[in-house]
Amino acid sequence: MVTRALDAPPPSRGRQRARPGGAGASIGLGIAVAYLSLIVLIPLAALAWSAIGGGWSAFWTAVSSPEAVAALRLTFEVSAAAVAINAVMGTVVAWVLVRDSFRGRWAVDVLLDLPFALPTIVAGLTLLSLYGVDGPFGVNIAYTRIGIVMALIFVTLPFSVRAVQPVLAALDRDMEDAAATLGAGPFTVFRKVILPNLVPAVLSGIGLSFSRAIGEFGAVVLIAGNLPFKTETASVYIFGQIENDNSAAAAAASLVLLLASLVLLVVFGLIESRVTRHAR
Amino acid sequence: MTVRLSCISKRFQEHVALDDVSLEIPRGSLTALLGPSGSGKSTLLRIIAGLEDPDAGTVHIDGIDVTGVRPQRRGIGFVFQNYAAFKHMTVRDNIGFGLSVRRRPKAEIHSRVDELLELVQLRGLGERFPGQLSGGQRQRMALARALAVDPAVLLLDEPFGALDARVRADLRRWLRELHEQTEVTTVLVTHDQEEAMEVADRIAVMDHAHIRQVGAPRELYDDPSNPFVMEFFGTVNRVGDAFVRPHDLKLERVPTGADGAATIERLVHLGFAVRADLVQDDGHMLTAQLTADEVADLGLEVGDSVAVAARRERVFLEGEGI
Repeated sequence: MVTRALDAPPPSRGRQRARPGGAGASIGLGIAVAYLSLIVLIPLAALAWSAIGGGWSAFWTAVSSPEAVAALRLTFEVSAAAVAINAVMGTVVAWVLVRDSFRGRWAVDVLLDLPFALPTIVAGLTLLSLYGVDGPFGVNIAYTRIGIVMALIFVTLPFSVRAVQPVLAALDRDMEDAAATLGAGPFTVFRKVILPNLVPAVLSGIGLSFSRAIGEFGAVVLIAGNLPFKTETASVYIFGQIENDNSAAAAAASLVLLLASLVLLVVFGLIESRVTRHAR
Repeated sequence: MTVRLSCISKRFQEHVALDDVSLEIPRGSLTALLGPSGSGKSTLLRIIAGLEDPDAGTVHIDGIDVTGVRPQRRGIGFVFQNYAAFKHMTVRDNIGFGLSVRRRPKAEIHSRVDELLELVQLRGLGERFPGQLSGGQRQRMALARALAVDPAVLLLDEPFGALDARVRADLRRWLRELHEQTEVTTVLVTHDQEEAMEVADRIAVMDHAHIRQVGAPRELYDDPSNPFVMEFFGTVNRVGDAFVRPHDLKLERVPTGADGAATIERLVHLGFAVRADLVQDDGHMLTAQLTADEVADLGLEVGDSVAVAARRERVFLEGEGI
């Protein structure tokens, strides 16, 4: 038996400690807080104020009107569908971009950012001319929920791909070789070694995509047709209420979207910190 | 023989990594593949593992031709320089990975992992994650993980390369002891001749896609078959056609300007040993190694003239050239 102890003390795992800051640090903190308040917190507070300023019952009446409920429900359903599809397909696209080498890969890589760069109304118009009544493929999904899902898939794809891509590129390939020498076949390697390392990235892609999807307006407004109770999403509903001078209803629905985004960010943050507990 | 490599060739695009290499690795031995970077030693190791396929040649493990057999089915264990730890799994799950892939019963895996944790001195750290271990501990975990599946051959690719000198020295000694306990046929890739000499019982010296010499560490040092091997195992002086080790040079004080004398340029005291840098009258540089006592007895000082003689020298025949 080997008896000589080799155990070196483990490296200290403490988080980075804040250094005692001088005047510079407090000025920086002040600027950051002021800026965040001005850009983010004050508008959000104003929105909350206009939504519930008329009292809780007015707020509740506004968000529980059948049209508002239908619009919010539709929004969450189509967003969930689009995000779920992209979580899988975005990971596949990221995989191909990182792991396969083929001619024109860089072109695909650049093309991927198009949904980011394109004004969303232009995206909506493109989708409408492609899948609309006189589309070249004879596929007509304009004014349907499928059409809305297509539009949301289009605008959120870059979020899913870009979240996974760098993590996949940085993944230690020796880990996969090690698993192979230990007897794991390609499927087992993917399931037990690669996927667990990708989950946090996929989750953060889902969180971002969902937040983006529930608020999408430009890409949706043309292809949805905006039939109340059928294809009217929350963002279009909000726009309609403002047009009709019913700003209280608009603010109420907006607040629901805002809270949904917040809850999502928190929930995904918690899940992420749970699945990455080994990294701390 | 546990591993027999016959006429292995491998190229990556234009780069020839291995050129018609043959090597036999005896059962139970600890063989080092030693060479400078780019000599093909890692590629050879990965070919034994099945992580690379040779362009030509065959690999036999335990008498079975495994050329073209996937790494999963070769019965090997592989340890990587950067540990290749499964970061998302505990130390226990890392070590048990190969057994759980083989669908062994949970209880069996648990007790086997306990044994291995004990063997690699990581008892009590099973529930940690690799990120919470030191480099040396992580590499011992990787070793336990490779040993868990009872491999016919254990393959180590520069296993201590990422560790600092102190830990590396400890782990070398420990690996040697571990090898004596487990008696698993082991192949170690390293560029460090000291490491190879300390750990291995056989060394294959590689250079430019070829194996230059195979033998016991002592054999390679005392009886190198070509200048490359001689120069790889320490400093060498060229005296005419002959190669002489610094400690095989004998110095004697002579009057200044004597025929064929050399001048002492520098004396570097390294504790017990002293290194003397000499310049011959034709400008040729030599390095001699003496003991501190010898230097004192001869009363050598910088600037002194000395006559140089070789106690032992090697002349390589044509065809053994570099």
